[in-house]
Amino acid sequence: MAGRGRGRGRGQLSFCMEAVGIAKGDNLPPSTIQPTALFPPLEHKPVPLQTGEEAEYMLALKQEIRGTMKTLPFYIRPVAPKKDVERYSDKYQNGEPSDNTIEWSPDWRRLPKELRVRTKRPLIEKTPAVPKQSKQPRVDKEEIIRKLETLEKKEEEVSSDEEEGEKKKTEEEEAEGEEEYDEEEFEEVRFALPFSQEENLCGTLQSEENLCGTSVLQLPVCVCATGNRLHHVIL
Amino acid sequence: MTAQEVRLCALLLQEHFGEVVEKVGTHLLRSGALNLRALAHETRTSLDLVKKSLCVLVQHGMCTFGPGRRGPAGPLEYRVSCERILYMLRYPRYIYTAKSLYGDTGELVMEEILQRGQMTMSNTVRTVADRLTQNMEDGQSTDYNDVVTAFSRLVETHFLQRCPPVDTATSKKTVSEVPESPASTITQPSQPENYPDCYKLPQIHLTGRGKRRRSDEDGDVGARVAKKAKLEHTEACGDEGIYWQVNVERFHLHFRHQAIISAVASKLDQTSSEIVRTMLRMSEVTTPANAAYTQAVSANEIFRAVPPSYNISRPILDQYLTLLVDDPMEFVGKAGDSGGGMYVVNLHRALANLARATLESVVQERFGSRSARIFRLLLRKRHLEQKQVEDFAMIPAKEAKDMLYTLLSENLVQLQEIPKTPDHAPSRTFYLYTVNQLPTARLLLQNCYKAVGNLIDRRLFETKENKRHLEKSQRIEAILGSLQASGAEPAQLAEVEEMITAPERQQLEALRHHINKLDSSENQVDETIFLLESYIKSTSCSR
Repeated sequence: MAGRGRGRGRGQLSFCMEAVGIAKGDNLPPSTIQPTALFPPLEHKPVPLQTGEEAEYMLALKQEIRGTMKTLPFYIRPVAPKKDVERYSDKYQNGEPSDNTIEWSPDWRRLPKELRVRTKRPLIEKTPAVPKQSKQPRVDKEEIIRKLETLEKKEEEVSSDEEEGEKKKTEEEEAEGEEEYDEEEFEEVRFALPFSQEENLCGTLQSEENLCGTSVLQLPVCVCATGNRLHHVIL
Repeated sequence: MTAQEVRLCALLLQEHFGEVVEKVGTHLLRSGALNLRALAHETRTSLDLVKKSLCVLVQHGMCTFGPGRRGPAGPLEYRVSCERILYMLRYPRYIYTAKSLYGDTGELVMEEILQRGQMTMSNTVRTVADRLTQNMEDGQSTDYNDVVTAFSRLVETHFLQRCPPVDTATSKKTVSEVPESPASTITQPSQPENYPDCYKLPQIHLTGRGKRRRSDEDGDVGARVAKKAKLEHTEACGDEGIYWQVNVERFHLHFRHQAIISAVASKLDQTSSEIVRTMLRMSEVTTPANAAYTQAVSANEIFRAVPPSYNISRPILDQYLTLLVDDPMEFVGKAGDSGGGMYVVNLHRALANLARATLESVVQERFGSRSARIFRLLLRKRHLEQKQVEDFAMIPAKEAKDMLYTLLSENLVQLQEIPKTPDHAPSRTFYLYTVNQLPTARLLLQNCYKAVGNLIDRRLFETKENKRHLEKSQRIEAILGSLQASGAEPAQLAEVEEMITAPERQQLEALRHHINKLDSSENQVDETIFLLESYIKSTSCSR
């Protein structure tokens, strides 16, 4: 019974053709058998845009806002993908700071506690990182004192290059060995030191600089609050 | 939250805050309220990035948090407000309004607060003073007091408001110097208006002048460090914890009034628009936010309050008021006879008329003036049959049919069936064409959102296509700048300039022209969006 209606009613429409004004035998426009074109031709051109001082000023404002928003700390860039192979220049080029701190300080009283990003080192599976952490400040200080002593000695000696050359080599080897050591540490346990301690380090080093009187005194690997890494100069 | 709105929000978030915030925000928009872990899991981003994005969104007032489905003991849920994100399109308009009302200082204050979401008064004052000083000549600087004055005026006229206090239960810390809201069940930050000290200025001890920042030779890193240092540099000025945000509702009220006044000016004349402006200004503070009409003001008061430069005498004023009341647009209505006549401005009716004018103009520009005639006819006469449309519009049958079908296919006109018999037989049913203003307005609003999305898409596409050219020109500008700074000869400068060839220059010019056009179009579409949104909101309020 239900099937019978289908054959009969196929040619019929749900509304009366005359009522909407389509007389019998009238020329109808061709029926559309595909979706409309992506950019259909415009029959009526659009009205031109408003011009004038107000419109131009708002345009300038809009572009300025867009530009400044990109420089503000609210613009969060995704983490840069890790390169496939370690490059030598990675050591000397520090890209975006890969820490997870927010670069602006919101009022934490107004935000839920769970949104606070901790500045502790992220959880790592490697356990050897842990014992290195405590040794780190001492190593730094020792290394720095050692370097300063050698530098002082070097200043007293005005003589042979050979000695200097020797010292240079030994220093280099020492330094590079330590640098690698330090870098590994630093890469893994970057924020192990509380900030005050780091600042202190910088402070003491600066005073040493004044004592020595050399402006070339660039300090051994030291992570300051700004995250810049100063590399020691091979003297 | 329609698909077009979500798409537009995604584009806006990406432009202003980056991809990460876009991903997080869009997901929250689509799925409603989520807690932190679920959000991180579903968007497949690291927890830290999600936390950062949520901080950014909350800072700008686009995201709210509160206890979730499991009650106060369970994890907090975050909700993103689509409306608030769409307001980002209107930021240039807000800043321009502040400039026209309060000058450059007001403009900079508004710009700073809009860019940063929330700020304390002292921070704002310092930053704005520094910026003003930067633009002044050497040796001059802006006093903090000037900025404080501008700020206070913005607060007094309610363009800025305090951020509402966050409920202590959710933040788990007590916010000092803010009275706790009595109802402990309120978990979302309460409406700013309910907070009694919403517009109270704090007493701050801030004296000094703006500092001129040394030219940054360190480049971006130096500037960033300086900016960070400035943000963190908090001298206790006596207003800790009091943050200010932009009161968008007040701006919207201002824009609505502006629209009504300009409509009166174009329909009648300048003097009538001045009278309406006076009436609106007088009743600004007493009229509640979404009222259908303003508080009644008497003709005597209007006479006293009209600006003297217009030199309107009392009988002329009465005549103008009568004209305004009799006008078919019904901007002004008479509410009584005391005090020389009590007059109100019909806000909702004015908005409806403005929306109707917008719809008519859209039909006219897209389909021609004859289709517009049919559309206006249907708006006025509500339901008409095919034959009646042809007769009333005085358009030959064939063309009228074509136009009606075009409008019908675009969904601007609907067919209403009125059956004569209970079996709805087609030969015995009336088919009437009709236009419903509210659904059509909604349809056009969605079209507007789609249009803005398309404009932004196109702009990003154009920029991407010509990225290489843009980068090259930026590099050359940088080289030129550094050469000029170090005092190079004109020959060298000319040589560097020649590195961009003429066709490249033309291409860059064309690109700049296109991008400017696309940007201004966005601004203009936003004006239409505002009008239609206000109309739709006004109809839902009066229900």
